[in-house]
Amino acid sequence: MLLSYREALNQAMREEMRRDQRIFLIGEEVGYYQGAFKVSKGFVEEFGPQRVVDTPITEAGFTGLAIGAAMAGLQPIVELMTMNFAIVALDQIVNNASKIRYMSGGQLSVPLVIRGPGSAAHQLGAQHSQSLEAWFCHVPGLKVVAPALPQDAKGLLKSAIRDQNPVVFIEAQLLYGTKGEVAEGDYTIPLGVADIKRPGDDVTVVAYSKMLLVALEAAEQLSRAGLNVEVIDPRTLKPLDLPTIVASVKKTGRLVIVEEGWRFCGLGAQIADSMYTAAFDYLDAPVVRVTGEDVPMPYSRPLEDAAIPDVPRVVAAVKSVCGVQ
Amino acid sequence: MAGMDRKDLLSLYYQMLLIRRFEEKSAEMYALAKIAGFLHLYIGEEAIAVGAIAALQPDDYAISAYRDHGHCLAKGSDPNKVMAELFGKATGLCKGKGGSMHLVDLANRFMGGYAIVGGHIPLAAGLAFATKYQQLNLVTVCFFGEGAVPSGQAHEAFNLAALWKLPVIFICENNRYGMGTPVHRAVALYENVAEAARSYGIRAERVDGMDVLAVRSLMQKVVEQVRAGQGPFFIEAMTYRFMGHSMADPSHGHYRTKDEVEEHRNRDPLLLLKETILTNNLCAESDFKQLEQEVSDVVAAAVKFADESPFPDTSTLHDDVMAEE
Ligand SMILES: Cc1ncc(C[n+]2csc(CCOP(=O)(O)OP(=O)(O)O)c2C)c(N)n1
Repeated sequence: MLLSYREALNQAMREEMRRDQRIFLIGEEVGYYQGAFKVSKGFVEEFGPQRVVDTPITEAGFTGLAIGAAMAGLQPIVELMTMNFAIVALDQIVNNASKIRYMSGGQLSVPLVIRGPGSAAHQLGAQHSQSLEAWFCHVPGLKVVAPALPQDAKGLLKSAIRDQNPVVFIEAQLLYGTKGEVAEGDYTIPLGVADIKRPGDDVTVVAYSKMLLVALEAAEQLSRAGLNVEVIDPRTLKPLDLPTIVASVKKTGRLVIVEEGWRFCGLGAQIADSMYTAAFDYLDAPVVRVTGEDVPMPYSRPLEDAAIPDVPRVVAAVKSVCGVQ
Repeated sequence: MAGMDRKDLLSLYYQMLLIRRFEEKSAEMYALAKIAGFLHLYIGEEAIAVGAIAALQPDDYAISAYRDHGHCLAKGSDPNKVMAELFGKATGLCKGKGGSMHLVDLANRFMGGYAIVGGHIPLAAGLAFATKYQQLNLVTVCFFGEGAVPSGQAHEAFNLAALWKLPVIFICENNRYGMGTPVHRAVALYENVAEAARSYGIRAERVDGMDVLAVRSLMQKVVEQVRAGQGPFFIEAMTYRFMGHSMADPSHGHYRTKDEVEEHRNRDPLLLLKETILTNNLCAESDFKQLEQEVSDVVAAAVKFADESPFPDTSTLHDDVMAEE
C-alpha cells in the first residue's frame, strides 16, 4: 500500500494504541489540532482526550510527567512539536529518562518514546533547524531511531513503542510528505538492524534519515558514471548495526558517511572510528565524511543550501574516495 | 480629551500603520516566495508594541519572541533592513542569517526575536541585571505570548527578577491562542494570567491591548516606577491576532470561528485610535490619506531595497560563529 511517511507513523501509533490501553500520546497540539504536522490525525476522535493529551508549552514538564507515568506502568509516546524543543526537555531526557533504570539497579524502567520532526526544512532559522541525533546517541541509556522510508518508519515506531527503554525517534520534517510502499497490517522492524537500500561493490555509503534520499540519488548518478555504490541505512543510530556496515566495507574497501548534523563530534566520526578498529586492513582509502557545516543554520537560502549536504557533494565525496575524477 | 497632542497621536498612528502595511506586504511577498520559513504576523496587536515602546527612552532595551516585526519596527529599525532580512539578503539587519523570527538591531537596542517559546524571558532578566549592575537607570521590556507563561523558564525568570528587583517589564500579549490552543486549555490561571507574576511578588496590571493610549499611559506610569528602582512589573495586555498563527496557518483555523475574529476586528487598534482622533477634531480624513500614502511609499521602498539587494555570498557561511580575537 502506498503511504506517506506521515500516514505510516499514524498507522503505527493507531494500531499500537488499539492493541494496548497503557499507551497514550502527549504533547502540544496533538489532540484537537491533530498534530502540528498532522501525524495524529483522527486520534482524539478515536481514543479521546484521556489518551491523546494536549499540553501547554511546557516541554520539560510534560516530558518529565511522561517519564513518571512510564515508571508507574504506562507507555507514553511524547510528541515534541519539533526536536529542537527537546533541548528544553533535555534535563528530563538525559538526567532522568536515560538513567533511572541504571540508578535504580534495574528496579525501574522507562518505556517511553519521544518522537518528533528533526533537522532543517526550508529556511526555518537557526533555532528550528537542528540535527541533534548525535547528542542523544552520546547518552548511555537511550535508543535513537531515525527512519527514512515510510515502511521503516511504521515498523520501527512499533518496535520503539514496544521497547521497554526510552527511545528518541527522529522524523525529518521534510520526509512527512514523501511516499513509499508500506506492508499492510501489523509488522515490526527490530531496533538496531541496518538495511542495505541498494547493493553495490565499489564503495559503501552510510546515510540515514533525509540524507538517505540524497545518498540514493547520488548513487543513481554515480551508477551512470560506472560506480556501483552500496547504500546502507542504519535506521537505528543507537544501537548501531556495525556488523552490517563492516561486512559491506570488507566487500567494497571504501566508506563514505553522510549526515546532516554538525561535523564536530558527529555520528560519522563514531562510525569512522569503529571502522578503523573493525576493518582497517580492508580499507583501500581513508573514510570520508560528508556533513552539515559547523554553523548555526542560517536563514538565507543560499547560505542554508551551503550548510547542508546535497547530491553533488556526496557524488564528489564518493568519486574522491574511489580516486575517480 | 486632555493632554492630547495631535502630533503625538499621529505619530502613534503612523507607527501602527507602518507595522500593519509592512506585514500585509510581507504576507504578499511570502505568497510570491520572496520570504520563506515561518512568518508570524502581528496584525491586530500593533497597539501593544507601539504603545509600550512609546513610553521608553531610545536606549532602553526591548526583546521579543518570534512574532517580532512590530516590536523591531516600533523600536526604530529601518524598514528597508527589516524587509531585507525577511528576504534573506546580505543587507538585512542580521545579514540574512536571522530571518523573520530572529530580528536583532543592537543600534536601536532591539535585542532580538527568539523562536523557542519562553526561552528569551531569562534573557530579559539578564539585560535588566546588566543595566542595574552598570547603574544605567535603564529599563528592559520583554514581550511574549500568554502561551509562554506556563513555561519553566518564564517562572525562573520571574522569580529572579522579583528576588533581585530587576528593572524589567514583562508584557504578556494575551491574544487568547497559542497556535491552536485557547488560553483556558493551556494556563491554569487563564482568567487572570497576571496571577502567575503576582505569586512571585511582582506587581501586575491588565490593560486593553487594542487601545494604544491605554497601553502607553499604563506604561508611562510603570516605566517611572521601574526606573525608580521598585523592581519588575508584569502587564497583561488583552489583544487578538487577526491572522492565523503563521503563514502555515493563514486562515482562522478550526480552533476559532469567523464570527469571533470579526468581532475582534471591530476593535481594530488602528480604527480605535483613528476614531479618537476624528471625534476630537484633531485631524481630517485627508490627513489620514496622506499618512497612508507616506507609509505605502516607505513599504514599497523597503520591498524594492530588499528585492534589489544581493543574497549573502556563501563565503560568509562561517562568519560570525565566534567572536574574533
Ligand atoms: C519551546 C517551544 N515549544 C513549542 C514551540 C512551537 N510554538 C511556536 S509558537 C507557539 C504558540 C505560542 O503561543 P503564545 O506564546 O501565546 O504566542 P502567540 O503566538 O500567541 O503570539 C508554539 C507552540 C516553540 N517555538 N518553542
